[in-house]
Amino acid sequence: MILVALIAILFVGGLLAWASERINPALPKYLALLTILLDLLLMTQLLQAEPDGAWLALIDVEWLPRFGIGFFLAADGLSTLLLLLTGFLGLMAIGSAWEEIKERSGFFYFNLLWTLAGVLGVFTALDLFLFFFFWEVMLIPMYFIIAIWGHENKNYAAMKFFIFTQVTGMLMLISILVLAYFHYVQFGAFSFDYRDLLNVSTSGRLEFWVMLGFFIGFTTKLPSVPFHSWLPDAHSQAPTAGSVILAGVLLKTGAYGLIRFAVPLFPEASLAFAPVAMALAAFSILYCAKVAFAQTDIKRLIAYTSVSHMGFVTLGVYAWNEQALQGAVMTMLAHGLSAAALFMLAGGLQYRIHTRNMPDMGGFWPRVPRMATVAVFFSIAALGMPGLGNFIGEFLALLGAFKANIPFTVLATCGVIFAAVYSLWVIQKVFHGEFRNEGFEESSLADLNRREMVYFAAMMIGLVWMGMYPQSFLDLSAGSLNNLLAGTQELLALAQE
Amino acid sequence: MNITLADLIPLQPLLIVTGTAVVTMLAVALKRSHGLTAGITVLGLLVATMVAAELMATANDQVTPLLIVDQYSLFFTVVVCAAAMFITILSYSYLAPLDDDKEEFYLLLGIATIGAVVMVSSNHFVSTVLGLETLSMSLYGMVAYPVHSAKAVKFPLEASVKYLVLSAAASGLLLFGMALVYAQTGTLAFADIASSAATAGMGTGFSVIGLLLISVGMAFKLSLAPFHMWTPDVYEGAPLPATSYLATIGKAAMFVVLLRFVVASNALAFESVVAVFSLLAVASILAGNLLALLQENLKRILAYSSIAHMGYLLIAIIASYDAEGAVSVEAVSFYLLAYVIMSLGAFAVVAALSSSDSEVDRVADYQGLFWRAPWLAAVFTAMLLSLAGIPLTVGFIGKFYLFFAGVEASLWLLLAALVLGSGIGLYYYLRIVYKMILPVPDSSALPNSAGSLGSHSVLALLLLLLIVLGVYPAPVMAIIESISTLI
Repeated sequence: MILVALIAILFVGGLLAWASERINPALPKYLALLTILLDLLLMTQLLQAEPDGAWLALIDVEWLPRFGIGFFLAADGLSTLLLLLTGFLGLMAIGSAWEEIKERSGFFYFNLLWTLAGVLGVFTALDLFLFFFFWEVMLIPMYFIIAIWGHENKNYAAMKFFIFTQVTGMLMLISILVLAYFHYVQFGAFSFDYRDLLNVSTSGRLEFWVMLGFFIGFTTKLPSVPFHSWLPDAHSQAPTAGSVILAGVLLKTGAYGLIRFAVPLFPEASLAFAPVAMALAAFSILYCAKVAFAQTDIKRLIAYTSVSHMGFVTLGVYAWNEQALQGAVMTMLAHGLSAAALFMLAGGLQYRIHTRNMPDMGGFWPRVPRMATVAVFFSIAALGMPGLGNFIGEFLALLGAFKANIPFTVLATCGVIFAAVYSLWVIQKVFHGEFRNEGFEESSLADLNRREMVYFAAMMIGLVWMGMYPQSFLDLSAGSLNNLLAGTQELLALAQE
Repeated sequence: MNITLADLIPLQPLLIVTGTAVVTMLAVALKRSHGLTAGITVLGLLVATMVAAELMATANDQVTPLLIVDQYSLFFTVVVCAAAMFITILSYSYLAPLDDDKEEFYLLLGIATIGAVVMVSSNHFVSTVLGLETLSMSLYGMVAYPVHSAKAVKFPLEASVKYLVLSAAASGLLLFGMALVYAQTGTLAFADIASSAATAGMGTGFSVIGLLLISVGMAFKLSLAPFHMWTPDVYEGAPLPATSYLATIGKAAMFVVLLRFVVASNALAFESVVAVFSLLAVASILAGNLLALLQENLKRILAYSSIAHMGYLLIAIIASYDAEGAVSVEAVSFYLLAYVIMSLGAFAVVAALSSSDSEVDRVADYQGLFWRAPWLAAVFTAMLLSLAGIPLTVGFIGKFYLFFAGVEASLWLLLAALVLGSGIGLYYYLRIVYKMILPVPDSSALPNSAGSLGSHSVLALLLLLLIVLGVYPAPVMAIIESISTLI
């Protein structure tokens, strides 16, 4: 029930926020804040819940009996971590939109909350039809966020985002339907239930193609080369809150999908496909780090670094052992915070000086010392400095991947060096050197205010916590990851007989 | 064969619609009143809808060799009559400013509905042709209706003549095909064609050519590419209520016949027929979606999008043979229902903003609608997203059915076309949505408040249907499952 409440609160809160704009244009943001806080409160309840079998919370009611589709939501440790990340970043997104969004604020918060509701649905749905349903539901509000409140080239970016994710989503839908049809052939009834579909034997010619449908669907969202080209556009055009949600949460749905569905449903095909996936991951890491270095638009740069960092997640997932998976999950969480923070900094800069062009900037440190310090902190976090969350994630992912595939892991490790180069390069460009103010008023460059300090501090604490005491996160996800591993090993053993 | 009184019971919906047309005619003869004629038509169609829905529980009769009244035909009788009723309500405010007699439009609409009801109940070539011609003849009149109006901005006469000529040619092909099939099998009833197919007649000689001619004739009426040329021009030139009638009921009734014909006659047993259908489907999906990209006129966009949607539906028809009709027949039924709801909804929004002396049908006119008339824009967005197949709407469930049918029959190439087409489709649907969320321009053609109470309630009802069937379609799925076993 608690899972339904989590999602329903966001849906209802969104509608209320939209409606409240008529009363007072300032009201929606308070309502949105309240909604998110309520959701976070409920999520902490989930942490204390007694596990019932593998699941902390579960609801399964019949929905479309014709196709054996159920309204089946369940959360284990892995989903709970991601739910918390979503709630926390939702809060941050509202914080970053607080002053930036002045026009049509009711509809903005409506879209924001509905995107989050879709994401929560994706992280908890275990009926594949329901999963796909939420997967698509989160697209439309995100489209509106980019298309209405975005920057100069918003139509192109929003359209590209939507078409990329929707078309590859349809490929995934076909794969889901093939699975459900296989279930019908083998067991005599349609089912979209995750637990049932795990038992479907997909061996044969089709397995590879069905797996590929899932892989393409998820790696487009992740994203990984060659399906990444929507991301830099979407990020650079989205308003800050949109970027926060995109980088922090939406990308993680792709990674979650790989861990939860793509590999466990097709262990054999995934095993065979792993070298290709890891090669793509290593290529993503290096290529996007290189491309990031060539950017002048600060948001595009951060977007490319996101693609690069998410490569470690793909690498970890396709290594498919406990360390690698733990690393992938930690990277998801830590990157969620660090990328969101960097986008908020870039968004904050743009809000102040109305440009994202780095050649126009320089020598900001003396003018905005607080902002500069915060930027250094998050850049260092992103490049993987020990003691902060990203290091734990990338280290574990590489450690696990090393057992699975040495050459690609070695290549991927070089990405860490590139990360240091571009992170420090940005700091140097923007904050060091001679002061440059091309195309903006010097007075508009104000330092971080108290509201901004509060949310950056919250994210710093999160990253330090992940870096210093990762065990509290690893414990939560360990159970679910081991279940997934055990399940696939069983299936692989069966297949080998 | 004599018709007994008991035979008339299942025919009630048809009789009521016919009666409505007669009463409308008499009312016009006695006293011209726009409100009264529209009222009579709405009432008659409402009663017919309810009676048909009521009969669905019991009726399952072959009434005369020409008409079959089973749950399947009654289900679509409900859809046709309800849609016709909605269009009548929309027509009322649309026609109000017309500087000519308005009442005969409802008479034509009623007669067209008779034709549509006959078509959905037909399992015999004769009733198919009778229904089709009744429907088409009335549509020629409806398309050309504002021809004497001095204020009409469009070119209804051109549209009507174009439709008349091409439609007559298509009927000719259809009849020729039927004649060839008759020559080979000696029967005009769909079901008997299949049984004689097992024996000698079918499969040899001219019968395959006959089936192909029938397919082409139907493809003309359904505006499947490459027989789609007339569609955009007729849609654009016709007054909006006629366009929406043509696009929803005209297409749906034809498709019901096509499905019944294909399933009952086993026409897809011939590889050449399957090949032609597949080509038609792929061509329609690609042509419809690609050409829609180039349009600036909303009615033309919807015309091309309807071509694409008919192509999507054809996939399920092709699947109905390969997969022995498990989900595919249901897929056709559900998608037709979804298609009627969403395209009627889209036209209803345009109709609410337009009237017979000024049609707001350029995409550019819609700039800023979201902030000027949020309700209309929200409904329009929902309808367009549904046409694009996005969840929370009935269009998504419909797409889901089509994908399922395709997967079941392993029609991978057609599925690839479906994915590609839907991807392209997103672009032009979203383009309209994007236009609506742009800031309001200084010189906006949009009225500040638009639409009558009637058209707004039609919109509300369609939106409700769109969302309820998109979120909880289980009851309707159950109905469609049970009716589809009959076919």
